[in-house]
Formats: sequence, C-alpha cells, structure tokens
Amino acid sequence: MAAFTIAAGTGNWFSALALGVTLLKCLLIPTYHSTDFEVHRNWLAITHSLPISQWYYEATSEWTLDYPPFFAWFEYILSHVAKYFDQEMLNVRNLNYSSSRTLLFQRFSVIFMDVLFVYAVHECCKCIDGKKVGKELTEKPKFILSVLLMWNFGLLIVDHIHFQYNGFLFGLMLLSIARLFQRQGLPILSRLVLNSGGQAILPPRLTKVLGLQKRHMEGAFFFAVLLHFKHIYLYVAPAYGVYLLRSYCFTANKPDGSVRWNSFSFVRVISLGLVVFLVSALSLGPFLALNQLPQVFSRLFPFKRGLCHAYWAPNFWALYNALDKVLSVIGLKLKFLDPNNIPKASMTSGLVQQFQHTVLPSVTPLTTLICTLIAILPSIFCLWFKPQGPRGFLRCLTLCALSSFMFGWHVHEKAILLAILPMSLLSVQKAGDASIFLILTTTGHYSLFPLLFTAPELPIKILLMLLFTIYSISSLKTLFRKEKPLFNWMETFYLLGLGPLEVCCEFVFPFTSWKVKYPFLPLLLTSVYCAVGITYAWFKLYVSVLIDPPVGKTKKQ
Amino acid sequence: ELYHSLPFFCFLLGKCFKKGLKGKGFVLLVKLACTVVASFVLCWLPFFTEREQTLQVLRRLFPVDRGLFEDKVANIWCSFNVFLKIRDILPRHIQLIMSFCFTFLSLLPACIRLTLQPSSKGFRLTLVSCALSFFLFSFQVHEKSILLVSLPVCLVLSEIPFMSTWFLLVSTFSLLPLLLKDELLMPSVVTTMAFFIACVTSFSIFEKTSEEELQLKSFSISVRKYLPCFTFLSRMIQYLFLISVITMVLLTLMTVTLDPPQKLPDLFSVLVCFVSCLNFLFFLVYFNIIIMWDSKSGRNQKKIS
Repeated sequence: MAAFTIAAGTGNWFSALALGVTLLKCLLIPTYHSTDFEVHRNWLAITHSLPISQWYYEATSEWTLDYPPFFAWFEYILSHVAKYFDQEMLNVRNLNYSSSRTLLFQRFSVIFMDVLFVYAVHECCKCIDGKKVGKELTEKPKFILSVLLMWNFGLLIVDHIHFQYNGFLFGLMLLSIARLFQRQGLPILSRLVLNSGGQAILPPRLTKVLGLQKRHMEGAFFFAVLLHFKHIYLYVAPAYGVYLLRSYCFTANKPDGSVRWNSFSFVRVISLGLVVFLVSALSLGPFLALNQLPQVFSRLFPFKRGLCHAYWAPNFWALYNALDKVLSVIGLKLKFLDPNNIPKASMTSGLVQQFQHTVLPSVTPLTTLICTLIAILPSIFCLWFKPQGPRGFLRCLTLCALSSFMFGWHVHEKAILLAILPMSLLSVQKAGDASIFLILTTTGHYSLFPLLFTAPELPIKILLMLLFTIYSISSLKTLFRKEKPLFNWMETFYLLGLGPLEVCCEFVFPFTSWKVKYPFLPLLLTSVYCAVGITYAWFKLYVSVLIDPPVGKTKKQ
Repeated sequence: ELYHSLPFFCFLLGKCFKKGLKGKGFVLLVKLACTVVASFVLCWLPFFTEREQTLQVLRRLFPVDRGLFEDKVANIWCSFNVFLKIRDILPRHIQLIMSFCFTFLSLLPACIRLTLQPSSKGFRLTLVSCALSFFLFSFQVHEKSILLVSLPVCLVLSEIPFMSTWFLLVSTFSLLPLLLKDELLMPSVVTTMAFFIACVTSFSIFEKTSEEELQLKSFSISVRKYLPCFTFLSRMIQYLFLISVITMVLLTLMTVTLDPPQKLPDLFSVLVCFVSCLNFLFFLVYFNIIIMWDSKSGRNQKKIS
C-alpha cells in the first residue's frame, strides 16, 4: 500500500497535472479534425511506401511534404508503428482515409509525443526560482508555470482537436531554452561566483574546473535539431545566433557590460559551428547527395502563396488589409475610385491566391522580409549591447517571434503560439511581463477560434478558453498582488470586449441578413480586433525591453 | 425515488419521537403528514377520477408483469439466476413476494436504528444502505439504478473516502456492458481514471485505511471480545480492494479485446454483473455494520434486529 501511495503521488503535483491533461487529451480524441489529419496520414504513406528520392517529389495528394527532412524521418518511424493499427492508411492512393483505427493511432501518437513537452516543462520549472518557499502550492511560480504551459489552451486545441504535432516541437524549443538557463554542477556554488548578469567573475579556467558552465552546446544542439523538424522556428533563429555569439563565444565582459573583444574564443565558435553543421548534414545530406536540394527548398518555402492566409492572421498585414478595404469602400462611395479598376479577387474569399491591394501599395515577399528584419533589429541590438543573460535572451526570442508574426509573409495564426509559450516563462517572474503576457495570450487564443468552426466544438472551445483565461488571470494576479494592478482600464475594457465579439460572431451574426452579403465579416472582425491587441502587446514588450536598465554597473540610457 | 423514501420517513419520524410525542413532536408529525399528503394528492388528483385509471398508473409505475429482472443487472437475482434459474422455476407472484420480503428484511435494521437515533451522518449512511438493499433485492431493477446508490455515497465521500471511492469505481464498472453498447468505452475509462486520481490526491485515501478511519473500530472491538486474534481487518480490506480493482481491470480488458465463446455469448456481461454483485454485497454488509456499530450518536447499545 505504501508503494502504491508513492506511485499514486499524493504529494507529486506535477505528475497529477501531466496525467490530468493527458486524460483530457484522450477525451478530445473523437472531436473534429482538420485537413491536417489527412496531411499527416499522407506523409505517413509517402515515407512508408516510397523511397527517399521520391519523398519531396510525390504529388498524388495536394498535401505535399513541406517540412524539413527530420520530420519526414519522424513520420517514417511512426509509420512502422502505424502498420500494426491499420495497413490501409499507408497507401498513398487512399486519399482522405480515416478509419477509426487510423484516428486512434494518429491521436495517440500526438498524445504520446507530448511526453517530450512534459519533460521540457519539468526542466523549465527548474529554471524558475521560487521566490518565497513555504507559500501555498497553487501560488508557487513553478506550479503556475506548469499549468500555463501544460494546460495551454492554444496548444490543446491546435494539437489535439485541429491536429498537429506542435507539442513535442515546442518541447524541443523549451528544452533548448532551459539548457541555456541551466548550469552543470552545484547551483549553490554558482550563485557565489556569478554576478546577476550571469557572467562569471572568476577566470574561465576556474569556472570550467568548478563545473559551472552553462549548457549552451546542448541548447544549440536542440535548437538545430528543432530547425530541421519544422522550419518555422527560423523566426527565432536570429535571437539564438546573436545570444550564443555574444554570451558564449565572448567569454567575459568588461565591467560596464560591453563586449571584451579579446575574450573571443575560437574553440567555442568552431564547436558551435560544428554542431550545427553536423545536424544539418545529417538532415540535408541525403538530399544533397541526390541533388534534390532545390526541390526541397521550393517545397519548404512556397512563396507562391498569398500575403495572408485564408483567414487573416491577426498581424500588421491584417490591419493593412482592413485599412485598404475601408479606404476602397470610402473611395467608391466618394467616387474617387473607378469601380472597373478594382480587382475581382477578394482577400477573404478563402483561396490562397495572389492579389493586389486597391488603395494602399501592394506588398511583396521582399517587403515583408525587410519589415521583419527592421522590426527584429532593435531587440538584437539590445541583446548584443546590453546582455542580461538568459532572461534577456528569452525576451529577445519572444520579440523575434512576435515581430516575425507581425510582419511575416503568409503567416498562419497558429504561429502566435511561438510567442505565447516562451512568454509564459517570463510572465511568472515579473509583473510587467505578466500583464503583457495576459493580453497576448487572451487575444492570441481568441484568434484561434475560427480554426474550430464546427458546432459540437463550440462549447468545448469556449469552456476551455474560459478555464484557461480565468485561471491565468487570477493566478498571476495573486502572484503579483503586492505590486500595482496588472491591467489599466483600457486593457480591461479591451479584454472584456472579446466576450461580446464572440457572441456577435457565433450567435448573432448567423441569424442576420449580412450572412449572405458579407460572409467573411466575422473573420474580418475577429482578425482586426485581435490584431489590435497583439500589436499593443508587441509594442509594450518592445518598450519594456528597450528601456529596461541593463544588469550590472552599466550606465542607464 | 422510492429507494430513498424510507430513510426520509424514518429520519423524520425519529426526529418527531425525539422531540416527544406529547408536545412539539406531535405538532411536527402533523405538519409533515399534511405536507406529504397534500403534495401527493396534488400530483395524483387528475388520476383519481376512476379506479381503473389509478390502477393503470400503478401498473405502469410498477411493471410486475415484466419479470424479476431484464437483461443483465448486478442484482442478487440475476447472479443467482446463473446457478439456479429462479426466473423460470418460480411462479410470478412468489417471485414478487420473495423480492419484497428480502428487500424489507435487509433494510429493516438500519431503518429502525435511524428511527431511534436520528442523526445527519446516520441518515446519509441509511440512505446508502436502503438504496443498496433496494438495488440488490428489488423487482425489475435497471443497471442505471446504481446511480441512486452512488449519489448518497458521494454524500459520505468526505467521511469515509476510501470505501466511497472504491464503491464509486465498482458502480461505474457495473455499467460497463451498457457503456460498451453506447460506444463510450474511452470516455468512461478516462473519466474513471481522472476521478480516481482526483480522489487519491484530494482525500489521500490510501493513508486513511486504518480501522479508525474506516469507522470499524467499535465493530472490531466487539468482535475481539469473542475472537482475540481479529486484528487484521484493515489489511484484509486493503487486500480485498486490490483484488477487486485487479479483477475489474482484467474483466474490462477481456470484454474489450476477446470474443466470447460460441456457447456462452453473454459470458462477459454476466461475469461483470456477478463480480459487481459480490462487491455490492460486501458493501451492503459494510454499510450496515457501520450504521449498527456507530458509537458517536450518544447511546452505545448494540441493536438487536
């Protein structure tokens, strides 16, 4: 009985949380799944039945393989388990095949791979220092962080209803972040010999002997592997690159915090480069040998798609498009524009074709790239000139992800999760970050609602969203109750406005006459409303990063 | 709701007796009687127009024509039927009388005790044991009626967490054939596990298995007067729990994965009912023991039934 008690874990809240969310995921198995289900079934079939040379050429189905090679290998391994569930799903010609066993296998594979995510959350919790020990369990930052990450509403509905494999990919990212926070060796000793900026005040050799180095290499390795699983993480690659260069390759700082150029370590640069090179070689090597690299890249980066997805991701371009539409309507009414000049293709018609803007200048992929780079630049400069250790890196990473989301080409609204999950780590430590996080999360999660448009999923998505939002707001408010309130009246008003918006879009709109004339109106409203919130959060985070005083004896700007 | 009616009656009657039949108690009795009769009359008034009408309603409410049991229930009669086909042997009115007698005999001790010593805890425990007696011995019981027993068990969950959690697990298990028919296997397994984890973490049930926690202290003291070596009650109950859970898990796995043999197509549902019935009998004995040996209500006498 005693052993059973230990196993049942009466005191082990982390296992209870992990087990609880896994059971919830099992309950979500029979829900609606999107075309992504067929996409992954198709990839299972391609990698199982065809030789490697055909993987990136196969086009029987419209859902061609457009993830990097490691993901293809992952599907290959999965397919060898899949054949025990249902052999028929591995046939490339079986388009839209979804027997109950196929569904069960695919859903269980996502749930199973989330083990990596749970492990990564466990590692991240180690990086959070519990401020005051002895408080109630539900008020500890570790507990709140675990719930915010493991029970994240966006991840739940995108992975386990809409169907994707984001869980373990975010697990890899969080693991690489955690490795950049952690040190080998005794944590007690490390607090004695490192300043608060994270730089050693002992000579490097002594630090190495005492085993106090951070595990940068592991962090770099995990991130390199992650890039070759899903290339969307290129959004945050600049942050990694600059941070590793600045804080790992330059081993020491001058007293005022700026770079000590003579402390550049060639060994470290070369070892980092070697790690990245080896991982890339492992991934792209076979395709290089087959001379298929151009084809692989054309599959990975399909720029023929339009500026916005069928449903506009709530970024800057959504606001741009909305402004363009409004101006064109006004222009038509005031007879500034000639109706014959307006292109017929509507941006919200649901197809991913190229189109032109009517009033404002059209946007090309190059423009978005330049805008993204300009948006990232200040945070990169901050990371270089005012290094604040891993915490500064995390803020820069979040900013990179958000900026890329704001200005990227053909951004999917699911990409907001790239900013939300790392931000959770920041939110449990500073009140300012917590308020930005809450705005970002609530609007980001709400913007995911149009992904689940079926009627049976309506109660599920509303209830889960309410659960997560209420928990996150109340727990963070309790954690930071000694500081000034998290939201001002404007932000409160904005967040409360999400409720009526949802009611309008889901319940009132279908019964009005506008449903036939302007069927895209709810999507447009959702997208624009959330874009406002996300832009505001992005702006606020940028301001807080730029005006934050750097750690140590640096003079304030 | 007849399952729960007797404890209500006994409890209220006991309260009246306690207040003294010559004063406030009598007033209370009259008030209660008037309320009950008035609500009854209000409901039944439309059907009192003809004698035939009233009889027809009664016939529909108590379908004695349908037989002792239907399909597979975790009932005494269904389990007994496995060995001796009483449904076919005995005539209909004998079955009726037999089930009536058994039901009332099994719930009489608890009800008499409640009338003599009405208390909140005794009331809830009597609700459990009466409903369980009805479920086990009554006529034409449906599997879903186990929920009428689960509800009072939830009311005592905080006082006897270990046995209540065990009971609730068995009650869900007894519904397995029905859930399989509705294709609810996955949700039921998942929610059972979630419920079990919730109980384990909130009530820490595995630490509350001592005799005192199981409310069996006074009982084991009385038994030890005759059998001095009766010290292993707590461990015995823990082993029984393990055996029960393992049996339930095995049976669930077998029902889902294996096909029953040709000659016995209902093998697994009958096994499920039989195992559940044994568990329920054990719970009936346990709850009755607690009620009878409850020493906290002031008077410490043993009830002679």
